[in-house]
Amino acid sequence: MPDDITEKVLDLIAATKRLPREQVTVNSSFEELGLDSLDAINLIYEVETEFDVSVSNEVANSITSVPQLVEKLKILLAESGSSTQGPPK
Amino acid sequence: MGIISALGLNLADTWTSLRQGIPGIGPIQSLDISKLRFQNGAEVRDYAPEQHFKPDKLDLLDRFAQFALIAARQALADSGLKIVPELAGKTAVVTGSCVGGQASQDSGFVAVYKNNSNRVHPLTIPRTMANAGASHISMEFGISGPVYTISTACSSANHAMGQAFWMVRSGQVQAAITGGSESPFSFGLLKAWEAMRVVSSDTCRPFSKDRRGLILGEGAAMMVLEPMEAAIERGARIYGEIVGFGMSSDAGHITSPTFEGPASAMRAALLDAQLAPDQIGYINAHGTGTPGNDQTETRAIREVFGAHANQLAVSSTKSMHGHALGAAGALEAVATVMAMREKIIPPTANFTTPDPDCDLDIVPNQARPAEVEFALSNSFAFGGLNAVLAFRR
Repeated sequence: MPDDITEKVLDLIAATKRLPREQVTVNSSFEELGLDSLDAINLIYEVETEFDVSVSNEVANSITSVPQLVEKLKILLAESGSSTQGPPK
Repeated sequence: MGIISALGLNLADTWTSLRQGIPGIGPIQSLDISKLRFQNGAEVRDYAPEQHFKPDKLDLLDRFAQFALIAARQALADSGLKIVPELAGKTAVVTGSCVGGQASQDSGFVAVYKNNSNRVHPLTIPRTMANAGASHISMEFGISGPVYTISTACSSANHAMGQAFWMVRSGQVQAAITGGSESPFSFGLLKAWEAMRVVSSDTCRPFSKDRRGLILGEGAAMMVLEPMEAAIERGARIYGEIVGFGMSSDAGHITSPTFEGPASAMRAALLDAQLAPDQIGYINAHGTGTPGNDQTETRAIREVFGAHANQLAVSSTKSMHGHALGAAGALEAVATVMAMREKIIPPTANFTTPDPDCDLDIVPNQARPAEVEFALSNSFAFGGLNAVLAFRR
């Protein structure tokens, strides 16, 4: 069972790319989901806004899958000390 | 020719920096950048607008239009061409600009969105419109022929110069002032570029393995075009000749380039110039320093030039004057023409590490003496719009 952060990321991907929610899984690559480079930038922007984090260009450019995005996001949330509080909204 | 750029306020200074491989890239000084992810830009430095314009005229001119006028004044003075009444209606002004007067628009919107003002300055529209530069050139010199501005993102200036070239070549006009101008340093626009994640966190390293993106630049360059016979007859200083123009659209993705589109535009320019690929000695590359462009441009050049690609010098002067968006092609046209005239190819500055995906002779860091008879200058825009000019010494 995915945790709350992962669930929220999956929701964001489905909403951003207008995909059926069940099509977005914890192991999906962006390519499998049909996300190109511009979609990926859009998605990371949505994640930054939702979780109130800032993703550097180097990290953003290295993310090509859902598990990578979730992993990097959890690291950023841990660094900002809000990982146990879940999404701010 | 006239030019104002991060490398200098005129042609002589700009060319000195280009031939010496000295970048005009540094920390952005015109704005508070504490809330930006990137810190560096290629700004025009030591520029005092009041030395160029009276106060009442300055009120009308966004920085991008100031640059357009300054470059046009320099170009016309350098050319010796007088816009006499008989010529006024037969002269064109075609300029490129991607974002127009962004700083003027930004400050107008700050007034209503942030400062709770219920008014925006009435000159916001005439200062912001992308054709302001062309219109002010027309008004200052009394040029009453075709005057317009092309806005095709990073290809704007090449599209503009190509159109002007075709109008002069076909006899639709007797002369043209053409080029591009840009001044993208407004906070809102910089944040938008930041969001695109294509701006480098350090500097612009085209074709280098460790390239991290583009560096935004500003400035303007303008050229006076006229038929060769007319220029010779009046004893003009002739810098070079535009001999071909080609354009294409990727019809692909709004921001990811293809190699087929740029290759098609280069082929079209060669065809228009009636040149064979192996006659080209130098390409001033689009060479933005983004991972995507430089790899794709390399592939496009290899596609068009085959084995001759190994004999070509290819450099990106954006490594020095930055990416001036709608003015980029104009700055690079000046660099290309001067390279042929002065027999020195300006380098790709800031180069550190070869990239197997960019395996061209990119003239790293040091300018190179070379006799070049024909050259291309590439511009490829977001939106997949490609425009290539062919030049002769």
